[in-house]
Amino acid sequence: MEGNNFSPETGFDSFHGAIPHATLSFDSPERYRGEAHFLAHSGARLLALWADSPSSIRASLILREGVVLLSLSLPKDSLSFPSLSSIFPTAGRFERTIADLFGLLPEGLTDLRPWSDHGLWLVPPLAEGRPSLHQPFAPEDYPFVRVRGEGVHEIPVGPVHAGIIEPGHFRFSVVGEKVLRLETRMGYVHKGIDSLFRGRTLFEGARLASRISGDSAVATSLAFSKAVEEALNIEVSEGIRFVRALLLERERIANHIGDLGALGNDAGLGVALSLFGPLRERMHRHNLTHFGHRLLFDTIVPGGVSTFLSPQMVDALLQETDDLLSEVSLLERIYSDHGGLQDRFQNTGILSPEIAIRLGIGGVAGRASGQGWDLRIDHREDPVHRFSPALALDHVGDVAARVRIRFFEIFESLHLVHALLTNFPGPDICSTLPDIPLSREGLGIVEGFRGEVLGWVRIRPGKTIESAHIAEGSPLLWHALEASVPGNLVADFPLINKSFNPSYSGSDL
Amino acid sequence: MALIPTFPSFGWTISLLQMLFVIFLAPLLYGWIGVVRAILQNRRPAGLLQPWRNILRLLRKETILPEGHSYLFLFVPPLFFFIMAGASLLIPFLMVSPPLAPVADAVTLVGLFSLARFAMAAAAMDLGTPFGDMGGRREMMVAFLTEPATLMILFTVSLWSGSTAIPSILHSFSLGHSPFHPSLLIAAMAFILVFLGENARLPIDNPSTHLELTMIHEAMLLEYSGPLLALMEWGSMQKLLLYLLLGIDFFAPLGISRGLSPLSLLVGLVALLGKLFVLGAGIALIESIFAKLRIFRIPEFTALAYLLSTLGFLLHFVLEV
Repeated sequence: MEGNNFSPETGFDSFHGAIPHATLSFDSPERYRGEAHFLAHSGARLLALWADSPSSIRASLILREGVVLLSLSLPKDSLSFPSLSSIFPTAGRFERTIADLFGLLPEGLTDLRPWSDHGLWLVPPLAEGRPSLHQPFAPEDYPFVRVRGEGVHEIPVGPVHAGIIEPGHFRFSVVGEKVLRLETRMGYVHKGIDSLFRGRTLFEGARLASRISGDSAVATSLAFSKAVEEALNIEVSEGIRFVRALLLERERIANHIGDLGALGNDAGLGVALSLFGPLRERMHRHNLTHFGHRLLFDTIVPGGVSTFLSPQMVDALLQETDDLLSEVSLLERIYSDHGGLQDRFQNTGILSPEIAIRLGIGGVAGRASGQGWDLRIDHREDPVHRFSPALALDHVGDVAARVRIRFFEIFESLHLVHALLTNFPGPDICSTLPDIPLSREGLGIVEGFRGEVLGWVRIRPGKTIESAHIAEGSPLLWHALEASVPGNLVADFPLINKSFNPSYSGSDL
Repeated sequence: MALIPTFPSFGWTISLLQMLFVIFLAPLLYGWIGVVRAILQNRRPAGLLQPWRNILRLLRKETILPEGHSYLFLFVPPLFFFIMAGASLLIPFLMVSPPLAPVADAVTLVGLFSLARFAMAAAAMDLGTPFGDMGGRREMMVAFLTEPATLMILFTVSLWSGSTAIPSILHSFSLGHSPFHPSLLIAAMAFILVFLGENARLPIDNPSTHLELTMIHEAMLLEYSGPLLALMEWGSMQKLLLYLLLGIDFFAPLGISRGLSPLSLLVGLVALLGKLFVLGAGIALIESIFAKLRIFRIPEFTALAYLLSTLGFLLHFVLEV
């Protein structure tokens, strides 16, 4: 086995989209686990783990140098697959999802409670009639991990929350006001995205991809489109790349602004919402006038973009960028000078760098805890690398650090948008999508506003999707949230939750 | 202790007017705070009448009773409402000496408020839901932390009159002392802190939050609906107004009617409305610029209130005797 392991120097064989990646196929479970183990020791983080059929398990890992997709083929009659949970602690829930959907047993996984299945599935929905180890259970019987001791009690919250947000259940074990343990229970918005992709045309696929998590529409549809473009082996032109980078940054800015306002509001500073809210709303309205959709749905399609950027629009967007820069600077000063707000933010919900490494957290949450991963900075992707955005990095890992990271990234993104607009080469036409003689796979990865968003697709001749998967990064953030809440006060949970802002829809898929 | 000769029947009329005043004006004051807060936060205000609309809407709705409730759950909302309405008879604000003057003692009043709060917390815990329990125990924590400060403020104020009876406190202020005493000024600051804590306002509690885990007062009301909820909310609005009236009696009594002549009553009423107008705006301002305190910072906040009230108490002997 030694010597056959993947080498980051020479192993990457695909450079489509400027982020190196490689697919490693295995037939033997031992080799699969061995490779995962080896890569974990080389500093790889697990992004997502899924099955694209009952006999094919995929694990996508990210290294500094690029992305590695481990692909394990199982024998037709296999009832189990090897678990990576002893190597990557976050693998467990992905593997429990596979167990629920396909009826396969994750071998080596100690926590075999159902995850996506809420007791409503009589048989695993994707088992395709094979025998399975599935055991029906009552939805209310989900065995949360109990904390025992004098004065310990549980607070169940959700899935229906007091505010108008997505559904998810939180189980707190508390002593008085102090949280001893938080366990999340998701799956209430399981939509069967992977199955919905199957058999659709590429444009239907892009529509679906932009609707996985509404706030990340650009990131998810861009990851999907890049995967399609790799599978079809086409390059998009410079003008298209500029527009895509611009849309991605606009999505990041709007979401960060929204999150910052919500953070202030959750700390009881209601005026924060009415200061940040209008800025975000104005961006949404400009999105609607310029790009046709408030949340930029369907703006990115395989081979190009569905919008157009005229010189007048460039001027209007430049003006908007300048306005935002001065307005957000003012708001940043208010936030950093507000003693009461900083008191709530600081030392609340600390995700220590050690735990961030162990869980493999990237994105905003990772960067606030000393994990300097950012695809826009680590890789030479055109056109962003021309303007060399700076890396936002903090080491404290508390809510205040995540607030600082968000402010920093807004400013960096505004500068980036400004540079993209002033250097815009002019509109380009979209590439036509060629047909392919044989099924082919492609992988795309994008730095979304939460973190890395991965798209994977296998296309069959006739330009329809044989199989696809989008990983949006939120499942990892729920782990980060669970790790950072214990020791805090129950009343600080909403603030900590908002500072991570994981998507329910994006993690349930 | 009849300071001013009164005509009993007319006095009772005024007292009933006081009660109606508190019951019907309290939602308007709430609305006014909401209007100012909305304006300060760049929002379009819902209007002065919004709390009234809410109350009327809730009164028209059906009551949904949670599983496992006892009679406590049903009795507490009317009890709470009527304690607050009854307390309005004890606080003189339209005239100095209402007929219930003999029992109009500030300590009685504090006791009444404590009773109301205890009933509310008990009703919240009646169901055994985690949120009710959490709200109940948080409310009791805030209560026992603010109570010493409340009493200290009371003692400071009563140093002038030698009595904790509100009419005699009011009377002592009219005996030619200058209206601004350092001890009263400091006690007034302490009173503002106590007021915010007792009435579940920012920075202690956020009355407009939807985050059930952060709630104190609202968490106790989560299981209530319809008319019962209306009574609870209406009662809380009255409590806010009563606290303001108490503060006005102690620290800004100027203008209150000492007799029963219609003119002085009218002047007193106008002065009172003016004061409430200003104070309501002040509350909205505080609520717009402060973030909510972390729950375990509340002891520091109430300790400050206690410290200030003690300081006021001592200052009286240092500077004013």
